[in-house]
Amino acid sequence: MRISLFITCYNDTLFPGTGKAVVRVLERLGHSIEFRPEQTCCGQMHWNTGYIREALPIIQHFVNVYRDAEVVCIPSSSCVAMIREHYRKAAIESHDTRFVADVESLLPRVYEFSELLVKKFGVEDVGATFPHKVTYHASCHSLRSLQLGDIPMRLLRQVREIDLVDLPRPDQCCGFGGTFAIKNADVSSAMLADKVCDVRDTGAEVCTAVDNSCLMHLYGSLHRQHFPVRTMHLAEILASEAKTGADR
Amino acid sequence: MEPARQAILERIRSAHALRSATGRHDSGASYDAISRAYQRAGSLQNTERVELFEHRLKEYDAGVHSASTEKIADAVKEILANRGRRNMVAPSGLPAAWLPEGFTFTLGDGITANDLDHFDGVLTGCTLAIALTGSIVLQSGAGQGPRRLSLIPDYHLCVVLAEQIVETVSEAFDRLGPTATLPTTFISGPSATADIEMTRIKGVHGPRFLDVLIVQDKNRIG
Amino acid sequence: MNTEKNFRGQRHPDFPVAAKELLQDVQLRQNVRHATDVITAKRAHVVDEMQDWQTLRDAGSAVRQNALDHLDRYLTQFEEACIRAGGQVHWAIDAAEANRIAIELVQAHAAKEVIKIKSMTTEEIGLNDALAQVGIHAHETDLAELIIQLGKDKPSHIVAPALHKNRQQVRAIFQREMELPELGDRPEDLTEAARVFLREKFLRIPVAISGANFLVAETGGVCIVESEGNGRMCLTLPRVLIAIAGIEKVIPKFRDLEVFLQTLPRSATGERMNPYNSLWTGVYPGDGPQEFHVILLDNGRSEILGDAEARQTLKCIRCGACQNACPVYRQTGGHAYGSVYAGPIGAILTPQLDRFRQSASLPYASSLCGACYEVCPVKINIPEVLIHLRGQIVREEQETFAGKIGPWNVGMQIAASLFASGDRLALAQYLGRIGQKPFVASSGFIEHLPFQLGGWTQTRDLAPLPAQSFRQWWAQREKTAENSTHTKAGGQS
Repeated sequence: MRISLFITCYNDTLFPGTGKAVVRVLERLGHSIEFRPEQTCCGQMHWNTGYIREALPIIQHFVNVYRDAEVVCIPSSSCVAMIREHYRKAAIESHDTRFVADVESLLPRVYEFSELLVKKFGVEDVGATFPHKVTYHASCHSLRSLQLGDIPMRLLRQVREIDLVDLPRPDQCCGFGGTFAIKNADVSSAMLADKVCDVRDTGAEVCTAVDNSCLMHLYGSLHRQHFPVRTMHLAEILASEAKTGADR
Repeated sequence: MEPARQAILERIRSAHALRSATGRHDSGASYDAISRAYQRAGSLQNTERVELFEHRLKEYDAGVHSASTEKIADAVKEILANRGRRNMVAPSGLPAAWLPEGFTFTLGDGITANDLDHFDGVLTGCTLAIALTGSIVLQSGAGQGPRRLSLIPDYHLCVVLAEQIVETVSEAFDRLGPTATLPTTFISGPSATADIEMTRIKGVHGPRFLDVLIVQDKNRIG
Repeated sequence: MNTEKNFRGQRHPDFPVAAKELLQDVQLRQNVRHATDVITAKRAHVVDEMQDWQTLRDAGSAVRQNALDHLDRYLTQFEEACIRAGGQVHWAIDAAEANRIAIELVQAHAAKEVIKIKSMTTEEIGLNDALAQVGIHAHETDLAELIIQLGKDKPSHIVAPALHKNRQQVRAIFQREMELPELGDRPEDLTEAARVFLREKFLRIPVAISGANFLVAETGGVCIVESEGNGRMCLTLPRVLIAIAGIEKVIPKFRDLEVFLQTLPRSATGERMNPYNSLWTGVYPGDGPQEFHVILLDNGRSEILGDAEARQTLKCIRCGACQNACPVYRQTGGHAYGSVYAGPIGAILTPQLDRFRQSASLPYASSLCGACYEVCPVKINIPEVLIHLRGQIVREEQETFAGKIGPWNVGMQIAASLFASGDRLALAQYLGRIGQKPFVASSGFIEHLPFQLGGWTQTRDLAPLPAQSFRQWWAQREKTAENSTHTKAGGQS
């Protein structure tokens, strides 16, 4: 199976290590990966902030790029949620029947990274070793839109030498919310402060998630406060092998 | 009629038309096609249903008692004695056999709210009860009185016959259908509030004490 | 239509500004946190035990939708049945008209005082102030509303309006206003004080004003759901009862209550059933008020109905579960919203009722986490409506010159053009790596950003753009792979 990687605009720009890790894990499992350089963004930032008109060409571009892809793998739960929850509506509003048909046909081929491994491939043990204390933050989109349930945890439980600790109040938003973090910086920061306390109290060395946007937000505060906790995308932990640690 | 009526109805109709015109007429199911896949009918045996009702009542901090049909008056006597309530009010139409000796039962239908405030408590029957939610349902009429009767006195003793207990809320509405327009009160436990720190505290304006006497004849249950 | 006056006169600061101030109030945040923690736990307990919860939500949503689909028919059906049962029905286009009708009805009985059941609708129209202006005092009888009224405060929650006050604060208000210096601070002491304080009023005052939870089209019946018995007092003791209800409160049939009387209490207060539900139809001889009026209030609702996307807002049955679940509300409490309806439902309802006049910041007061939608007993997709309203706000902004040249619009237009092709994004990444240099501190992190982006670095550091983007890495890898194929050597990065 040929997997087309949609790295997402912010992973491409800010977290290339996550993309490398995704490639390493999938190749280790024997899949071949392609990367279409025309890809840009899913349109989420524009859409969620109310720039609907501006989001439409971005959405159209995504659909054009991946129209013929066998499977699209996306290491970001919020981008997958954007595609699943809003593309249909965007297409319908465009009154372009081809666009609508393309979206309908593409949607079942779009997978979030952990979902692809567990739901599509039926794999939980990807042969990773990660000798660290780790806590998992469930992003809101992974939890409520994608309904990933315990899929990421099932993958983490199979990692050798990992010490998994539960993060309390797993259903509480970390306060990122895209432009919310800027438009409502104070409330976002208050939500973040609670989440950072919870993360710190677990005593974990690493906080992981299926969304680098939450992690960027969390790490921003952890770093500012000099808390010795790293953040790593789930793919980076799953890519780690004995005696090699994935680095950000 | 007032012009507002016409204006509002016109606005509603043009809003409907607007949605149709934009091709986004998101109308849902017609009324009869609404899916009601929730549990309408109960599944418990008689004994289990009564037990569930008792359990729910206790969770509301209501007093729960039981008696057979012949022993209702004895049970009422014991309950009232334990509560220290003597000067009771009762609606018309309550079976005389329920009233024990040694207590005053004043017919309450015509008594004003002000005067009701001076009684120790009220004894009523009910229309039905719901096991799942621990609710008793009273409707204006014989044995249950006007609504103020079970409201003003600080103590309410309600007699519930086992066959009046349904399991689900839907079953209750099936039974209430024919008398839907009567003044109706669902009572679930004593008056309470959760307005201070979201903690349920018993007793504000309605009766602060609620006892429920469940009447069942063991030989008839099964 | 003049809805501006409907929203209580004074201008309220935008949400981020109001929130910033409230976030400094440690006591308030503790109270809100405690209350919402308690209620969400109770709700979860009684919802989890219901195996048919999701199907109840589905049915509730469908019934409410059906009611809105045929609102004109159901309203006239309700009106007819209510009148047949001895009730009187009035229609009010806006708050001013509803207040005027209510005042005339009260004055017709020469009453100088009325007793009131908690009603968000009467808060919405500012009824108490309108009554006060003509010398009529409205006594709030719900405990929380009494706390708010005596404390000269504002409600902060749909179901528990005084949730932001703890017992010590309530005691202080009661001690002062009821002149009870010895009053204790156990909740039992406080409720006893309220009982004594209000009983005299229940027994004396001949006119009551209520809201309504449901209007039943089929029977003309009205349903009110409450806990304390103050509702029952107001509904049964006075000679005259006036119920003010939004036009969306109508449901088709009596049996539909079997759905809402299950979902509402479990969602609202985390109880299997709240202590009292009252149902009555018109006037009943010998039981309850012998004069009964319903005022059907539009006040912007019919306009919402025309918006295919947003009209689901009107399905709301005012349980407040979205407020308790909302991580934003849990931080700020309700006052930050500057609206009678706070939390997620307020963030979508208020801007529609006042056409964004004072509430354009509310649809942005959400991280779109989806907790509100998850708990909504009638399945209002609040995040979807929030985004829809944001879209309206943006379009309106873009029509003004200031909005067009504002930082948000300019930034979004630039970003959109960069996302038009992979090459453009690559170029932007290249420029970003150069452009960020002045902002990278000695720590190697970005600690201060200019303009709107400063909100980010207020509490967070930002790692700079790495030297190589993923697409560059991939291109390099492809090249290496190509070369090694040419030289027939294995290995990859």
